[in-house]
Amino acid sequence: MIRTEEMLLNVGPQHPSTHGVFRIVLKIDGETIIEATPVIGYLHRGTEKLAENLQYTQIIPYTDRMDYLAAMTNNYVICHAVETMMSLEIPERAEYLRVIVMELGRIASHLVWFGTYLLDIGAMSPFLYAFREREAIINMLNEICGARLTFNYMRVGGVKWDAPDGWIEKVRDFVPYMREELAGYHDLVTGNEIFLNRVKGIGYYTKEEALNFSLSGANLRCTGTNWDLRKDEPYSIYDRFDFDVPVFHTGDAWARYQCRMQEIEESLKIVEQAVEQFPKEGPVMAKVPRIIKPPKGEAFVRIESPRGEIGCYIASEGKKEPYRLKFRRPSFYNLQILPKLLVGENISNLITILGGIDIVLGEVDG
Amino acid sequence: MTDKQNDSNEGLSIEEQKKKAAAEAKAKALELSKQRQAEKAKAAEGTETAAPEPELTKEELKKKAVAEAKAKALELAKQRQAEKAKAAETSEPTATEPELTKEELKKKAAAEAKAKALELAKQRQAEKAKAAEGTEPTADEPELTKEELKKKAAAEAKAKALELAKQRQAEKAKTTEIPQSNEPTDDLAKQKALAAAKAKAAAAAKAKAAAAAKAKLAREGGGDTTSTEPASDDEKAKAAAKAKAIATAKAKAAAAAKAKASRETGSDATTEPAGDDEKAKAIAAAKAKAAAAAKARAAANAKGAATEPATEEKPSPNQPILDTYRKVIKEHLGEDVLEDSYINRLSKDVPTLVAKPDSYYKIAEFLKYNDQLRFDYLSEMHGTDFETHFEVYNHLYSYNHRQSVALKVKIDRNSATTHSITPLWEGANWPERETYDLLGIHFEGHPNLTRIMLPDDWVGHPLRKDYEPHDVEV
Repeated sequence: MIRTEEMLLNVGPQHPSTHGVFRIVLKIDGETIIEATPVIGYLHRGTEKLAENLQYTQIIPYTDRMDYLAAMTNNYVICHAVETMMSLEIPERAEYLRVIVMELGRIASHLVWFGTYLLDIGAMSPFLYAFREREAIINMLNEICGARLTFNYMRVGGVKWDAPDGWIEKVRDFVPYMREELAGYHDLVTGNEIFLNRVKGIGYYTKEEALNFSLSGANLRCTGTNWDLRKDEPYSIYDRFDFDVPVFHTGDAWARYQCRMQEIEESLKIVEQAVEQFPKEGPVMAKVPRIIKPPKGEAFVRIESPRGEIGCYIASEGKKEPYRLKFRRPSFYNLQILPKLLVGENISNLITILGGIDIVLGEVDG
Repeated sequence: MTDKQNDSNEGLSIEEQKKKAAAEAKAKALELSKQRQAEKAKAAEGTETAAPEPELTKEELKKKAVAEAKAKALELAKQRQAEKAKAAETSEPTATEPELTKEELKKKAAAEAKAKALELAKQRQAEKAKAAEGTEPTADEPELTKEELKKKAAAEAKAKALELAKQRQAEKAKTTEIPQSNEPTDDLAKQKALAAAKAKAAAAAKAKAAAAAKAKLAREGGGDTTSTEPASDDEKAKAAAKAKAIATAKAKAAAAAKAKASRETGSDATTEPAGDDEKAKAIAAAKAKAAAAAKARAAANAKGAATEPATEEKPSPNQPILDTYRKVIKEHLGEDVLEDSYINRLSKDVPTLVAKPDSYYKIAEFLKYNDQLRFDYLSEMHGTDFETHFEVYNHLYSYNHRQSVALKVKIDRNSATTHSITPLWEGANWPERETYDLLGIHFEGHPNLTRIMLPDDWVGHPLRKDYEPHDVEV
């Protein structure tokens, strides 16, 4: 076999396909990757350090900037952690609003992933379609909280704003529309021979490896592990909805693709049911003290974000600021497996594998 | 330029003249755009601005033509929509038009924005239309100059474009099954109402701000008078408490020094970076303090505490699970490996084990490989600086038994060293690096313990409570 000289190749931190400031140092032999070293931290803002001097409500906007593609789940996780510590009862209407916006956020996030992933692989048009539908969702979220991405919508004890008139109807109308569009995506992409050749068998790992590397979300479910915190450790009101957890068994980029596409459908199911059951009236905020002081102690909660398990640890001293705040950021954990997947791969598969993990650099770097 | 203008300009430098000219140009442009907008509004209403006005300038005529074209386009779009609505019988009937939702308003706004954009493109189109000049000269206007014809053609082109846009919108509306508005007058009324409401709100906000400023002024003058009115029950109670405090303060005949103190605390409170409500509360609290009305404060506190839950007495459902863990560990590793074990009530009743520093790795290994435990998934790993010691927190999960456990270990702050669990769970690799980076805890046996978030030459570990930012130049 002909061997070529080993070469070091820096991909990033400004490579367009890294979806952010992510750098990876590749040692390559010809076109084969021998070693890959991810370098992160370009977007580290010290959220956890900052939070030690902030009141709980003031921390919520910072969470928007972690996973900026699905900020609703980030909002929720910190509120949920504080609420768990304080044993707060959340009003029904607020819970429904939370579920609706979180699931819409999940769909939007998967749409971004779908669009950009195919763009990375070389298909231009799905990106345009995906972003059109995502725009519809973002407009709805904008209407309810006044921001397109950095929502700052949830509060400890409920949500900041009630749904405006006609909003629920709009969400209801969106569901069948999205279903139709989703079918279009499948027509456009899912059966495409070129696409299948690019993703089938690429970036493969087993269930044991996935667990060992602390993967979560679609990255875990693509290996045949049936695990979704919405089902297995129900929080909020997820136990009231009938939905399935898509599980695939091949453990490759193709399985991850299928997982995420089906998750859109399942999220639509949840949204549909939530809109149906939506309480006609009621408060959207529980009675909470003006200054939130969780009792002394610590708590760790985890919920299912579009990227996997997002968790929040709070150590409280009974003051208005947390003593220590820590976020379990799924992208950070999921990215760990990358060097292992890349060794021995052709360099053209780098982006397919990286894109398949679905990271958000704001979350990786905290 | 007239003499007068010249005169007035004489005294000005070139620069100033330029400025003046620019200002004039701006004003003109503004006027023009205003006119255009007015025309647009007219067109949107669908009312034809027929020519009862006797003396129309050329400009007005042009405007008229544009407006007419727009109206025509609108009508066309309407027709088309009607057709579509007929075709889409399965979708909701469009007869529910009079009920205009906000969504429709928004759509309308979008359409207008589009129209504006189209206007920009108009000039280009006008040039194109020039080529096709005279194709459709409508006979309504008797005497059309060339210029007017041109404009007309432009207007038509624009109308066509508008129609296209409308069509597309209609299609979209159809797919989303949202009935589209074609009742512009109604819309306009709504918009007007909205604007009025906005103006009202703005005025209210202004009044509020003024009141707040007044209150602040009064406060700073030493006299306790009004405050920003808090609304909720909680706040009301607090306000009452404050009032009481004020009364007591007055009764004490407020010595000058005292008044000063109260002023200072008051202003301190206002500088606190807190939300409005919280600010009000803080002020209330500060005042209460100044007046030494401990009674009022106690009441406020009691109210705050009342919402906090009383600790439950009944045993946790996870207690038997914790007992099993304890038993199994005791059987296999002996009595002396656990420092503590309890149910963490605050954290969804998770069984928590605190390992002794020496046996941390041993317990972790046991938790992973013992058949009764088999915690094969590391959900979370991080450290905390508790000032007296460091603590590493792991949240483990067993997919076989569907159970969680929290494993903690306390680490001496001076040595700041413990064993790495990366050999057990590969997922601990980066979190341990992060913990090392931000807290300076060393993990023995870690394959690559280097900084991960901060640059390699960073000095210190920011999440330590005694961290001082290092600057080489200081």
